[in-house]
Amino acid sequence: MNAIIVSALMGVVMMFSGILVKNRSAVTSIAVIGLLILLVSNILNTYGICSIQIDTKGLLSFEKFGMFFNSIAIAATLIYVLLSGKEIENAGTYVADYYALIFFVLCGVSILSSFNGLLMLFIGIEILTIPLYILTGSDKRNLKSNEAALKYFLMGSFSTGIMLMGITLIYGATGAFALGMGSLAPSTGLLMPSFLEVAGVILLFVSMCFKVSAAPFHFWTPDVYDGAPAVFTSFMATVVKAAGFMAFVRLFDNHTNILGPSWHILLGFVIVATLLIGNITAVFQQSVKRMLAYSSIAQAGFMLFALYSVNDLAKEGILLYAVAYSLATIGIFAVLIKMKDYTFDGFNGLAKTQPALALGATICLLSLSGIPLTAGFFAKYYMLASMVKADGSIWLVIVAVLFAAVSVYYYFRVIQAMYFKEGEAAVSPVSTAFRIGLLALAALIILVGIFPSLVLNWFYF
Amino acid sequence: MIPVLLILIPLVTGLVSFFLKQPGTAKNWAVLSSLVTLAVAMVGIFFLPANQLAYDASWLPDLGSRFTLMTDGMGKMLCLLTVVSFPVVFIATYKNEYSNAHNFYGLMLLSQAGLLGVFLAADALVFYFFWELALIPFYFLCSIWGGNKRIAVTFKFFIYTFIGSLLMLAGILYLYFHSADHSFAIKSFYHIKLAAKTENLIFWLFFVAFAIKMPIFPFHTWQPDAYEQSPTATTMVMSGIMVKMGIFAVVRWLIPVFPNASAHYANLVIILSVTGMLYASLIAIRQDDIKRLIAYSSIAHIGLMCAALFSLNKTGWEGVMIQMFNHGVNVIGLWIVADVIEQKLGTRKFSELGGLAQKAPVMAILLVVMALANIALPLTNAFIGEFLMFNGLFQYNMVFAAVAGISVILAAVYTLNMVQKVLYGNTVATTENATEMSGNVQLVLIVLTIGVIVLGVYPQPLIDLTKDTVNAILVK
Repeated sequence: MNAIIVSALMGVVMMFSGILVKNRSAVTSIAVIGLLILLVSNILNTYGICSIQIDTKGLLSFEKFGMFFNSIAIAATLIYVLLSGKEIENAGTYVADYYALIFFVLCGVSILSSFNGLLMLFIGIEILTIPLYILTGSDKRNLKSNEAALKYFLMGSFSTGIMLMGITLIYGATGAFALGMGSLAPSTGLLMPSFLEVAGVILLFVSMCFKVSAAPFHFWTPDVYDGAPAVFTSFMATVVKAAGFMAFVRLFDNHTNILGPSWHILLGFVIVATLLIGNITAVFQQSVKRMLAYSSIAQAGFMLFALYSVNDLAKEGILLYAVAYSLATIGIFAVLIKMKDYTFDGFNGLAKTQPALALGATICLLSLSGIPLTAGFFAKYYMLASMVKADGSIWLVIVAVLFAAVSVYYYFRVIQAMYFKEGEAAVSPVSTAFRIGLLALAALIILVGIFPSLVLNWFYF
Repeated sequence: MIPVLLILIPLVTGLVSFFLKQPGTAKNWAVLSSLVTLAVAMVGIFFLPANQLAYDASWLPDLGSRFTLMTDGMGKMLCLLTVVSFPVVFIATYKNEYSNAHNFYGLMLLSQAGLLGVFLAADALVFYFFWELALIPFYFLCSIWGGNKRIAVTFKFFIYTFIGSLLMLAGILYLYFHSADHSFAIKSFYHIKLAAKTENLIFWLFFVAFAIKMPIFPFHTWQPDAYEQSPTATTMVMSGIMVKMGIFAVVRWLIPVFPNASAHYANLVIILSVTGMLYASLIAIRQDDIKRLIAYSSIAHIGLMCAALFSLNKTGWEGVMIQMFNHGVNVIGLWIVADVIEQKLGTRKFSELGGLAQKAPVMAILLVVMALANIALPLTNAFIGEFLMFNGLFQYNMVFAAVAGISVILAAVYTLNMVQKVLYGNTVATTENATEMSGNVQLVLIVLTIGVIVLGVYPQPLIDLTKDTVNAILVK
């Protein structure tokens, strides 16, 4: 509960600080302090100290898994603000408002990690996405940014409509917004879900696929990620995406039985399509930013494994994946924002002019492609392990592994440009603090890559 | 503690090397580090009791993986090969100049740490980690300091091996969940009993990874290009040591874990290996480039080792053990000469060389010895190994041995052809002003030549060293 209340309050604080504080970097400092308060209050809540208790009539349930995820999301946001604060300040006119929106997104994240009914799921999703529509369009004078925002808004509201329809059908069939549908079998005692219920679950599935940009509902992702100011793309691709998965896993954790064996066929199709489209399309991109958009689709394909194999490894895995993927993506976007030219050629020779940036970006890219000794390896490892443990659908594992090899192709193109090609990469001024921050992030990625239990033990403590 | 030291010394010195901005300092630092590793390995292998050569520490308790290192005879021998090769490579290429030398030597030392880790690991996850750790430095070494086509070629090499590694990872995971105590330890893997059908499937997940690394036909296409384009110091390590990772992994991780599948597919694997031998030998005859010739000849030699492994008998295995070491020594010797010629004359093409024996007699003698060892002439070290391997293959199936035997003749054709065109005949424009090679290279080559002849006359120490591995695994 702490996270929801504090993040909403901090959002309001940020809005007022926009009126009172004119200095842009002071606003960033306030946001950093706000995030720290939020993080501390959430961690205290996790350990049961100083937690605010409100009777939510069973609409929200706070479990350790969800609260731990909140900590991850807040910490990732903190790292993101520390690294890219300067760019947020320069993204548009209303700095404080952007931070306010980020806090509201975090409020949505905290609801999504603790919802206990479809109603709260819907509210959480809305609180999460509406600020994002605004952030996407924050570069008001840029036509692409406007286009992206409008596209995102239209497509997003459409998928919200689908979700509402699904919720309505489920409500019609069962008379409740509750999650545990297995228990709602007809009075005959047979576990035969009604037609409406199945249709509702499938509609919910479709709309969730849209939110996490799983194929074939991914078409908005490249345009929105490409059009939005890079600094906000970074936020969308990390914290928001991970939160979407959190909600997805929570939602379908105990729903799989309703669709019977066809659930695995459906999900298997989505996973393979997502991996295929994400990876293959990323290979052909010329812009690193757009490549990262497609790669985020590809990574979503890997994260969907947690849904396929619902077991303890999958739960740990999705947390570790959220950490690894968020850290690496925040790092690579932080470097990307500094570049003047977002194409692959724009990175040529970066290692000569900015060795620290190149090293940081390389470690992030190695982590994204899942090379051992980086956090990304154990993230992928857990996903694959949970699959092997689940039921031995080893063919899906082999498909995933082959696509992971494809992903090496486009991630390493950036490394090649930075280290092996001649050129003068144009970079906006980089402060020493940024360099240190980036290298610290890289060190963190490697640390988690050697001792993933650091993250997971915290979860069990 | 010795195995940990063997990995830590190159790892730490390699990382330190990135900060040594003076090219000369980095060079000496690398030589020093490799000599220290050599000394530690010598002490560990020859003077300390066996219990000092294992290490076990908690690493990932939740996953059932421990940081376990062990050394059996084969591990000792390959560690020995690695620690001997690195100083040899560094000293032989001491005069070569690299841009950003500190990074070059840093990456070389990191690759040494990875290679030693692979040879020592006794836990599948640790093994996988080092398997990859050995790959990454090679990727950067070849891509930064290689020839003109380096980026595309190295990328092909990297993606090839990475696909293999990932398939192996899937296999490792499968075995992990089927091991009795849910652990990655090699002992647990040895006790896994799988149904025949699954065993055959998982066998391929592992075998493809190792076959790409060795490389075995038809997975070999990355190799000639990668050897040709890499800086020669890196090529020496790749062909001398890295490809042994594939053979080593088959002995330690494939055949004992999948005994039935190995026997089941032995014919197929041997056919692939023998095909590769003949194919590579025939291509080698048509080469005009020293580096490419050695690369193809290396495929042929590795093919024989793989075929002898899958003949699954003691004679063949003893041959493989000896040959793993000797092939490393010989191929590094050949690369050193190739590097000298390229550094001095700026070309590696036979058509632009000739008459070097008149200008550089010492080099000519040493090259001839190395070339004869490449053909496996009696009294050179390769003879014993090849003889035992052919003997093993013969015991398994006469036809295979006969067909594989053709490659020995072909080896003589292409190797002697190279010797003739490079060393004899009249001097041409490029070799007009050739001089004798420098002292450090002579020293290294003389040491290697002594090794070639001593091990050729008296190979028993190598057989004794590795006999425990051969017996332990073949008994299974």
